[in-house]
Amino acid sequence: MSRNHLRAALAASTAAVVLAGCGAGGRDASSGGDSEGGDTTGVTDTTISVGTHQPLTGVAAPGYSEINTGMKAYFDYVNEAGGIHGRKLELTVKDDGYNPTNTSKVVDELVLKDNVFAILGGLGTPTHTAVVDFLNKEEVPDLFVSSGAQLWGNDPEARPWTFGWQPDYEIEGKIMGQWIKENKPNAKVGLFLQGDELGGDGEKGLRQYVDDQIVERVEYASGNTDIGPQISKLKASGADLVVGFNTPSYTALSQLTSMKLGYDPTWIYTNVGSDPKLAGELLSTFSKGKVKGGGALDGAMTTEYIPGVGEESPWVDLWEKVWKEQGGKGELTNYRVYGMSQAYLFASALQASGKDLTRERIVDVIEKDAKNWPGPNLAPFRYSADSHLGISGMRMAEIKGLKTTPLTDVLVTDIGDAEITKDETDVAAVAPPKDGLPDVEVLK
Amino acid sequence: MQLINTLLGGFSVGMIYAAFALALVLIWQSTRIVNFAQAPMAMITTFIALKVIESGASYWIGFTVALVAGLVLGALVERLVIRYVDHDNHINPVILTLGLFIVLHALAAIVFGSSFRSFPAAFDLTGIKVGGETLALTPFSIFTILVVVAVMAALRLLFMKTDLGLTMRATAFNREVASVLGVKVNRALTLGWALAALVGSLSGLLIAGGGLVHPAYMDGVVVYGFVAAVLGGLDSPAGAVVGGLVMGIVLALVSGYLGSGLVPLAALIVLVVVLLVRPGGLFSTTKERTV
Amino acid sequence: MRRIVSSPMLRRGLAAIALLIVSVFLIDMLSDYRQSQVSSVAYLAIAAGGLSVLIGLNGQLSLGHGAFMAIGAYTVAKMLQDGKEAPMLVLLVAAVIVTALVGAIVAVAAARLQGPYVAGATLALAVAVPALAVHFRDALGGEPGLRVSSPDVPTSIDDALFFLTGTETGTSQWLATVSVACLVVTFLLLRNLSQSRVGRQWRAVRDDPVAAQLAGINLGRSRIVCFIVSAACAGLAGGLMAMVTRVAAPSGFTLILSLTLLMAVVLGGLGTLTGALIGAALLTLLPTYVTNAGSSLGLSDLQSAELAPLVLGLTTIAVVLLAPAGLVGSIAPALRRLRTPSTDTSVTTTITRGEQS
Repeated sequence: MSRNHLRAALAASTAAVVLAGCGAGGRDASSGGDSEGGDTTGVTDTTISVGTHQPLTGVAAPGYSEINTGMKAYFDYVNEAGGIHGRKLELTVKDDGYNPTNTSKVVDELVLKDNVFAILGGLGTPTHTAVVDFLNKEEVPDLFVSSGAQLWGNDPEARPWTFGWQPDYEIEGKIMGQWIKENKPNAKVGLFLQGDELGGDGEKGLRQYVDDQIVERVEYASGNTDIGPQISKLKASGADLVVGFNTPSYTALSQLTSMKLGYDPTWIYTNVGSDPKLAGELLSTFSKGKVKGGGALDGAMTTEYIPGVGEESPWVDLWEKVWKEQGGKGELTNYRVYGMSQAYLFASALQASGKDLTRERIVDVIEKDAKNWPGPNLAPFRYSADSHLGISGMRMAEIKGLKTTPLTDVLVTDIGDAEITKDETDVAAVAPPKDGLPDVEVLK
Repeated sequence: MQLINTLLGGFSVGMIYAAFALALVLIWQSTRIVNFAQAPMAMITTFIALKVIESGASYWIGFTVALVAGLVLGALVERLVIRYVDHDNHINPVILTLGLFIVLHALAAIVFGSSFRSFPAAFDLTGIKVGGETLALTPFSIFTILVVVAVMAALRLLFMKTDLGLTMRATAFNREVASVLGVKVNRALTLGWALAALVGSLSGLLIAGGGLVHPAYMDGVVVYGFVAAVLGGLDSPAGAVVGGLVMGIVLALVSGYLGSGLVPLAALIVLVVVLLVRPGGLFSTTKERTV
Repeated sequence: MRRIVSSPMLRRGLAAIALLIVSVFLIDMLSDYRQSQVSSVAYLAIAAGGLSVLIGLNGQLSLGHGAFMAIGAYTVAKMLQDGKEAPMLVLLVAAVIVTALVGAIVAVAAARLQGPYVAGATLALAVAVPALAVHFRDALGGEPGLRVSSPDVPTSIDDALFFLTGTETGTSQWLATVSVACLVVTFLLLRNLSQSRVGRQWRAVRDDPVAAQLAGINLGRSRIVCFIVSAACAGLAGGLMAMVTRVAAPSGFTLILSLTLLMAVVLGGLGTLTGALIGAALLTLLPTYVTNAGSSLGLSDLQSAELAPLVLGLTTIAVVLLAPAGLVGSIAPALRRLRTPSTDTSVTTTITRGEQS
């Protein structure tokens, strides 16, 4: 390096100092800071800003990419009526492509750059796993994660800011397992699992009841769409009942590949993968109409924990109304209902927190009171100081055409070796308020 | 039974790799460039076909449109981009095709969207039943095999029996001499790329049939097709076919018995072993540099 | 003082220390988000620097540097698994050593191959390594990958920085400072190497292998050493990346990463370190600007996000066709020509080789 270059380097450093002075923001001016009661980041007198990470692209996008449109529609519905305690809700959706590295990046943006009040419904087990520790370290409310892993609620001491929402995969596996034991005790059971907690937790629950009936288990890696070897293995094992804990694309792929191999077992799919409309769309294109859109999953079984499109329910009527007034393109689907249900719970939490809204307050309110609020959930929430796990149960259902018909009552249980019992709380019969806006009391 | 099914599956996929490898060899022979952008080119033409089919046309119309689009795309790429690259530097052409790779990827995502869409298959997707057992051979896979064989036969006819083919072979052999002898070198080059892209499009369509397509769906084929081409020798079309079949079968065996995560590693090992033992490929006729 | 200033290596060392001190202060002034951006530019520049040297100075075209970054990242991730802690220096040195070892194996194979074959083999590597992480699910976390807990700031460093800057040191500030320090050290080493006899041998091997061999240079050894150095840089970058993004997952090391890294290096200027830095800055900052531009043009969010690679690819194609020496390689000689109007044969060589003195 020449003398000139040394001088140049020093000059450049000085220039950099000046430039950095222009571009640097110092400590976050807009972070809101702490008021006496707590952290009001993301909250102003007129707005509450909320963020979420969703797979808008990639292999998990079919179906899941619609969830945020449901959330947004309900938020717009609430805003139209004046917001909650005078504050309107703003939703920032960022795409992570179901890719944990991206999730880390976009959540960084949401928390550090956009200064959101909370993360709502972050989607995906592998993806959200990458950010849950960060969110708890930064003390950001991480509400109603869109995934059934237990990580979101089984240890409130380690992760006090995170709450699950849907039933976790282990209790789903347990309820499925019990149903299989009671109704198909002689079936040879095969397992078709995504290679992470989605598959693993489901398997854990199932094995508590039907371990002796399981003849084969196969795993797939999300992103690799060739599942021929896995389906071949299932077929070779003679399994005549296969339980799938997988995402919607893989429901379609498993049906298609089975068709190719001439394999025709009874299928039970996890709720997160079982939308008959979506599977039907994917399948009918593959087979050029041979498999008609409607009947794609006929005879397959699944579970449900909130009422779905086409069902007789005042909640579904509300969702249709919200979608008609505020929704964008397309019609109401079960994925949009999922998003609306989460948004409804969030709005209830905001309502119950009162005008003095802080991050600490909303977490406290959910932990103490959420299980008492009306909502579309068929079974009560488990939120308490000891558990941040969500809905405690579901019922088995059979798919016919585009609808499901219930096969059992609503059954509730918990992770571990808790028993399965019929739900006595009758939460399922509660209807929404007339105007569709939560009217829970402010928690003292 | 699983072995037979695995081999059959590997054979059908192998034919597709063969087609892709053939496209790479055609371009290498005419311009001495490895066209890493062949995969996204095929992906784009497949998406064009999908759009056509979704707007109501039959599968075959979409099929033909994709092939024609391939011809056009190949010609355009050669004419507008490849022709101007500095050939002496062996790095620049590679970077050029890689730049094209990224550009085409991004364009596809912008124009067609990044979601996973299903692509129809021309023929039935249910396995053929033989003596009560279902084979992993569907009418569609038989179609795949026949089409690739037909295309290869047609290309061989073109190169060996027609004047046009002679022109192209001359250009590939020695561009300057051919030019001096009155061959329209530029036209031959454009045609070479156009034909190669046509073959590439075909492989894209065949892979897509009965599966999910998205902008990255052909990316794995770039690696496996390249290894297949190298395996057979970049100068040998016949080698490309053999290489493709070998890759298809080997990778199917690895996937079925060892696990699908090991497949790319297997491809890498095959590539390295071949390059170290027989650097020109199995069917090579050129001597490698010994520096 | 005169003695220090007259020796190039000492001059560089001095400049490096100056830059380091200035950086500590600059980073301290930034917001958390900007600090993580600085880290991102820094570790990408380290990987790009190594790649730029390999391709530009030694003529080996590697398309698989994403794989080496993955190795570095997973090494750090494994060492921080399940709440284990380790000093920062140990983590980074481990990442470098493990990657260098793997790099050595690959280098031995690559040294005997030519042009497009090296490209193809490293391409296969770029696809194979992430797939391995998926296959060995128990050890390497499979598709979801391994979580990496951000290392806490060591108290000694916290105290030292507090003394210098008067503020507390957060994790993102610590990581940004470490990343920039690694960048300065790496570039110093690369610069020294490239200006030394080793670097001259690399260039000789690139320009005319036959002549180089006649001059007594061992081609294989020269290529292998350069490859290992380059891979080690990528490993270091990967280790830093794991700590900054807090995850080591296969989806973070796609083929696209290797290719965009290559694009960045070409754009900046093959063989130059400034070019690598520019390329890394482009990779980190361009997407946000281009995405915003796209949104204002009416494109959807998803479409705008794809504009960045599109622009990058198009610019790379333009650069390859029109200005193969890249931004730095083309602008620097032009600037030099403006300053010294007298004709100089060395200028012509500089333009085609894309080097800086």
